[in-house]
Amino acid sequence: MLADAESLRTDRERRFVDLIARVARDRDRDAFAALFGHFTPRVKAYLMRLGADDGSADELAQEVMLTVWRRADAFDPTLAGVGTWIFTIARNKRIDRVRRERRPELDPDDPALTPDPPAGADRTVEAAEAGGRLRRAIATLPAEQRELLVMAFFEDKSHRAIAATTRLPLGTVKSRIRLALGRLRSSLEEA
Amino acid sequence: MPAHHPSEALLLDYAAGDLREPAGLVVATHLALCPECRRHVGLLEAVGGALLETLPVEDLPADASTRGAAALLARAAATDGAAVGASPPPRFDAETCRLVPEPLRSHLGVNLKDIAWRKVARGLDTHELAAAANGFRTRLLRIGPGAAIPRHGHGGSESVLVLDGGFSDEHGHYARGDLALSDAETVHRPVADPDGDCLCLIVVEGGVRFAGALGRLLNLFARY
Repeated sequence: MLADAESLRTDRERRFVDLIARVARDRDRDAFAALFGHFTPRVKAYLMRLGADDGSADELAQEVMLTVWRRADAFDPTLAGVGTWIFTIARNKRIDRVRRERRPELDPDDPALTPDPPAGADRTVEAAEAGGRLRRAIATLPAEQRELLVMAFFEDKSHRAIAATTRLPLGTVKSRIRLALGRLRSSLEEA
Repeated sequence: MPAHHPSEALLLDYAAGDLREPAGLVVATHLALCPECRRHVGLLEAVGGALLETLPVEDLPADASTRGAAALLARAAATDGAAVGASPPPRFDAETCRLVPEPLRSHLGVNLKDIAWRKVARGLDTHELAAAANGFRTRLLRIGPGAAIPRHGHGGSESVLVLDGGFSDEHGHYARGDLALSDAETVHRPVADPDGDCLCLIVVEGGVRFAGALGRLLNLFARY
């Protein structure tokens, strides 16, 4: 059953949240080892998809996991899932290291930040559940839309570069991205 | 709440890490002023997290995880304490904190009142910012009350993010947090609101081309 597979994924995601909490609170090395075993190969594969060789992908993946260990207390389960948080760390480290650029990131505690409106009743689903729903929604996207997301995330290609590579008009790339994101967003809003 | 936003394609580029630093700086600074786009980017980053799970790799075996994690933490402990001593972040005055959100504020590195503005034309001052990436120019722009920038087109893309005051052009009115995007086809004549200075962050890829007789003169002399 789809629903069962989804609740299994949600359970697993909740387990990751619990592991991060144990790392943050108790500096629990067993909890960290469990996260290390799951995420290190994925982060490494991500970096290799983006062109890193085996050695430097390995080294950078270790650095990402070290940041997870050191910054576990900064993880906020109400904002994002564990996989999402680790993805953003890997993305930023890669930009710092490979491009030798600073990743411009806003500071959520900046007093100049325009604050979020109060959360309404339509607040989207729990981050732990969102991950599972998104994965299912991505799997059911039309291939031409999924391919664009994969190129954006795994091939370091801006939408302009995607248009150039695929020889699609820029407008077509933009409208496919809009369609894909609309479907993903509504997958999170279904009851 | 801003009325002019980055396209979904541009937000995707930002979330996926595909933007060069100057373009990323514009988007991140807009995000600081736009809760709606922050939510979009949150979704896009969750897509990135979900895609990470689709990569065809296995978890490490339990013993390899334990050994790998222990080795990493042992190496880290050996270098802990060596990394301290980074310079403290600069302190900014109240006006700079109010008008210039992060990450732009750190990038600027000085208070607004201490900027050595370069006068380009009457009512138009610029200040060059350092931002790595070939082919981009990243500047703050200060347009005096009611001043106009002569009608111009663009060699490539131009992003203008309003930080204070506002301006209008043929396409609309732009106030704090609004992002005006121009491409090679856009020709416009921005005019600042009459009630005060308009402060903007502007990133240009590929230069601008002024139109008309005065414009041809500006093309020769002004490094606008």
